[in-house]
Amino acid sequence: MAKVIVVTSGKGGVGKTTSTAALGAALAQRGEKTVVVDFDVGLRNLDLVMGAERRVVYDLINVVQGDAKLSQALIRDKRLETLHLLPASQTRDKDNLTAEGVEKVIDELRKTFDWIICDSPAGIERGATLAMRHADTAVVVTNPEVSSVRDSDRIIGLLDAKTKKAENGERMEKHLLLTRYDPTRAERGDMLKVDDVLEILSIPLLGIIPESMDVLRASNLGSPVTLADAACAPALAYRDAARRLAGEQVPMTIPGERRGFMNKLFGRRAA
Amino acid sequence: MSLFSFLNRRSSAPMARERLQVLLAHERAQVGHSDLVGLLREEILAVIARHVQLDQDKVNVTMQRGENVSTLEVDIEIPVTASVRAA
Ligand SMILES: Nc1ncnc2c1ncn2[C@@H]1O[C@H](COP(=O)(O)OP(=O)(O)O)[C@@H](O)[C@H]1O
Ligand SMILES: [Mg+2]
Repeated sequence: MAKVIVVTSGKGGVGKTTSTAALGAALAQRGEKTVVVDFDVGLRNLDLVMGAERRVVYDLINVVQGDAKLSQALIRDKRLETLHLLPASQTRDKDNLTAEGVEKVIDELRKTFDWIICDSPAGIERGATLAMRHADTAVVVTNPEVSSVRDSDRIIGLLDAKTKKAENGERMEKHLLLTRYDPTRAERGDMLKVDDVLEILSIPLLGIIPESMDVLRASNLGSPVTLADAACAPALAYRDAARRLAGEQVPMTIPGERRGFMNKLFGRRAA
Repeated sequence: MSLFSFLNRRSSAPMARERLQVLLAHERAQVGHSDLVGLLREEILAVIARHVQLDQDKVNVTMQRGENVSTLEVDIEIPVTASVRAA
């Protein structure tokens, strides 16, 4: 059965788009039909991170307004045939996105895809609530930093109030994805610890993604980090997170905590 | 940064954690609060409007949170000329 995931955070720049692309590609690599949907109308970026910016013809709003068929707007990934992108509009007014229109598109996507991953815009306004409205599961992207944690708390409140699931009295499944985690800063005690964030937000942990140049490099190349370099640390962390999303039990590793003593010694000196 | 201040410097994460815990406890209570009062106001209005014509702006619902008990205050102004609807 199709599963609709919203990748959300409240705060901007925490890694929602990066995570949508990476998780989408990791799920598609499992052979499951996956579509990543950009809800960030006016500030679309998912097409860039996916390396499909020159292939966009129609977008979500065209489909919502009936100017294009869903099949015309969907872009199939060049690397993975199970991976698709539904881009956002760059120029149109975001007021064209209606709750009913979005529902129709999501219902249609449910018929053909196993995973529908919605990349939410920042904020707590209409764009963000539309992106989460039809989700079965939420991935709350959070950085170990005070303002990001506070905004995630607001978003968790919205997920429990403004979604279809919440309105029907059902429980909204929520997962915490801790991104841009810096082991050196954590060791120095200048970054919130994983346990601190978990205790404050009290939702289950989906994964911890380390801060890494590999993420930047992947987006420069226009490739989800899980495809750009399958062996790099953030790719491994995203792949584990995708497996957990799919219901597998995967042991959690905190970045940096597997380093040996010598490594730690030198790592500390370098910091 | 001198060696002395480096040795004296306490890590900042525990402070972040503490501030967040206090702040979020406060913000969560506020959100729950305003939602509840808004809901009560709407439903009370609907019930009364079934029987009396009301000016929506003349309905005040406030909640006072105390340590042990909270009180709900409902203040509704009904004009003398209001037409009373048959029940
Ligand atoms: N784990 C990471 N390590 C390093 N840089 C990252 C990481 N995750 C995201 N970034 C960078 O942070 C910036 C914002 O990420 P993005 O995914 O666009 O956030 P959002 O969609 O939440 O606004 C981008 O430049 C991205 O490359
Ligand atoms: Mg984004």
